[in-house]
Amino acid sequence: MPNVLVIAEARAGQLRKVALEAMTAGRALASEAGGEVHALVAGPPGTAGLAPQLGAHGADVVLVAEHAALENYNGEALTALIAERTRTGGYRVVIFSASVHGRELAPRVAARLRAAYASDVITVALEGGSLVARHPVNTGKLTATLTTSASPAVVSLRPGMFEASAHAAAGRVERIEPVGDPSASRVRVTATQQGSSAKLDLSEAPIIVSGGRGMKAAENFRIVEDLANALGRAAVGCTRAVSDDGWRPHSDQIGQTGRVVSPDLYIALGISGAVQHIAGMRTARTIVAVNKDREAPIFKFADYGIVGDVLEVVPALTAAVKEARKGH
Amino acid sequence: MKIAVCIKRVIDMEMRFRVAGDGASIDETGAKYDINDFDMYAIEAALQLRDKAGGGEVAIVSLGPVQAQEQIRKALSMGADRAVHLAADRIPSDGLAIAEALAAELRDGAYDLILFGKMSIDSSGQSVGPMVAELLELPLVAAVSKLDVQGDRGTAGRVLEGASETIEFPLPAVLTIDEGLNTPRLPNLKGIMAAKKKPLETRPARLGEQRVRTTSIELPADRPPGRIIGEGVAAIPELIRLLQTEAKVL
Ligand SMILES: Cc1cc2nc3c(=O)[nH]c(=O)nc-3n(C[C@H](O)[C@H](O)[C@H](O)COP(=O)(O)OP(=O)(O)OC[C@H]3O[C@@H](n4cnc5c(N)ncnc54)[C@H](O)[C@@H]3O)c2cc1C
Ligand SMILES: Nc1ncnc2c1ncn2[C@@H]1O[C@H](COP(=O)(O)O)[C@@H](O)[C@H]1O
Repeated sequence: MPNVLVIAEARAGQLRKVALEAMTAGRALASEAGGEVHALVAGPPGTAGLAPQLGAHGADVVLVAEHAALENYNGEALTALIAERTRTGGYRVVIFSASVHGRELAPRVAARLRAAYASDVITVALEGGSLVARHPVNTGKLTATLTTSASPAVVSLRPGMFEASAHAAAGRVERIEPVGDPSASRVRVTATQQGSSAKLDLSEAPIIVSGGRGMKAAENFRIVEDLANALGRAAVGCTRAVSDDGWRPHSDQIGQTGRVVSPDLYIALGISGAVQHIAGMRTARTIVAVNKDREAPIFKFADYGIVGDVLEVVPALTAAVKEARKGH
Repeated sequence: MKIAVCIKRVIDMEMRFRVAGDGASIDETGAKYDINDFDMYAIEAALQLRDKAGGGEVAIVSLGPVQAQEQIRKALSMGADRAVHLAADRIPSDGLAIAEALAAELRDGAYDLILFGKMSIDSSGQSVGPMVAELLELPLVAAVSKLDVQGDRGTAGRVLEGASETIEFPLPAVLTIDEGLNTPRLPNLKGIMAAKKKPLETRPARLGEQRVRTTSIELPADRPPGRIIGEGVAAIPELIRLLQTEAKVL
């Protein structure tokens, strides 16, 4: 049976948005192949409570592994569990999310199974006997089409590229046992520091307001934050010049060596538009730029550019956005 | 402390890419090359760990065409002690094929740590490091941006989506290194001279089977050309109007 296995990522007792995106992609593949979708979710006791949500997103079967030592991410235990399940279940495709954890786990599982692996894909389909997937390479300046006829094929999906949608399925819970003792893993996550829950993650924010060296000082990021707040559902990013100077944490950096994002709206404030920065945001749907230099390269990419001083334009823009969104 | 660092020769990303006649590779005419960005952080981490331990060895391993020896020499001139070049006509796009060759080289090296970059910026797989860890059955921590090694144990930190975590691991281990851990040193003249005399062995790469192939590559659709809509605060009403009616994001 050409079934599909979806590894559903959960953290702190919740399914992550990317888990539902993976479900939707898995559902589409299984329908093409005429098979079932099985979701695998692992975590501490109580994780089975996530099964209905997976069923509502297309899981015919939900495989649940519960163990106290699966509370934090446990790469070794998960590798053993997923590889074993893939072998015994005879899956055609195993789908991960290309999250930080997914990108550690998926290649390790693929290597254990000596399976074909397509990483960070933006589309995936079964065509005849082959799995065909597209993957941005060379900092997004090119898109490669990868093909494999090997089975199983392991893929990880770029976050935000597959829209999660509801699809009612049986979601029949099947408990599975960890392979070996999860508490004996050599590598242990000893602490997880959750970011503030009010703060939207860059990969999940539909709007990103980003500041560059043109913001002039760390304290001026307050007006960047104000604009983000006025827009609602927005996160703040930055350039490497800014994170190198310690104005913002490195985890907020967007670009070739930082985060790659595809929001609906990207607002670049005092950012020159170096190729390494563009690499991280070129797939944003709409780009706005404010820069005092009319010749700044960012204006070649901006759908809407304003030539001006960020310290003047941004507060006025925040006020105008508040006015425009009154009633939201 | 004995550390191996796997580095990849990659094409300069600032070039204007063209697809070659076969439709599945890049036309590399006139291209420049360098060490992969993230591998620079891995080299720097290895040099610092070796020096902090008060001795040991940093070995560079790179799989690629003969020209990859340029990048190997650069790593030696930064301060690595010796290098192995695994010769292959071209670097395959399947990470597992690369990982099998690297694992074969590293298996009997008795390394305390094997370091990788988080990602190669050309193929962008983030897969070779974790795959080598698996093939060698070693502990693995990917995307490390904080690191402390004391004796035969290490503590690493990494940034997740909206969170971060602290990870403890025993040596020997495989780590993949993210930006933020350090600032790579530049080779100086003394280093460049010394590098010429450092041992560089070459042997054929024992590449694994290619299970995934790149069947085509294309340039993504161009964005529409940029447009300046106005100057200063006066342009804001027009921007709001466009965001509401044209882009429909407000
Ligand atoms: C290997 C490598 C990897 C890199 N990776 C990344 C990466 O991941 N992400 C990244 O961002 N960069 C990266 N960089 C750095 C990149 O090359 C640029 O140096 C960086 O993006 C520049 O940041 P910036 O636009 O904030 O600063 P600058 O280039 O200094 O630009 C500041 C801009 O602000 C404008 N400005 C100044 N004052 C004002 C004002 N009052 N009002 C309005 N505008 C004003 C200026 O006109 C200018 O255009 C990388 C570089 C290398 C070599
Ligand atoms: N041909 C190669 N030779 C040596 N190391 C490599 C090679 N390809 C990839 N690597 C290592 O694997 C890391 C991840 O590469 P990738 O899986 O392609 O993103 C790189 O940062 C390098 O450390």
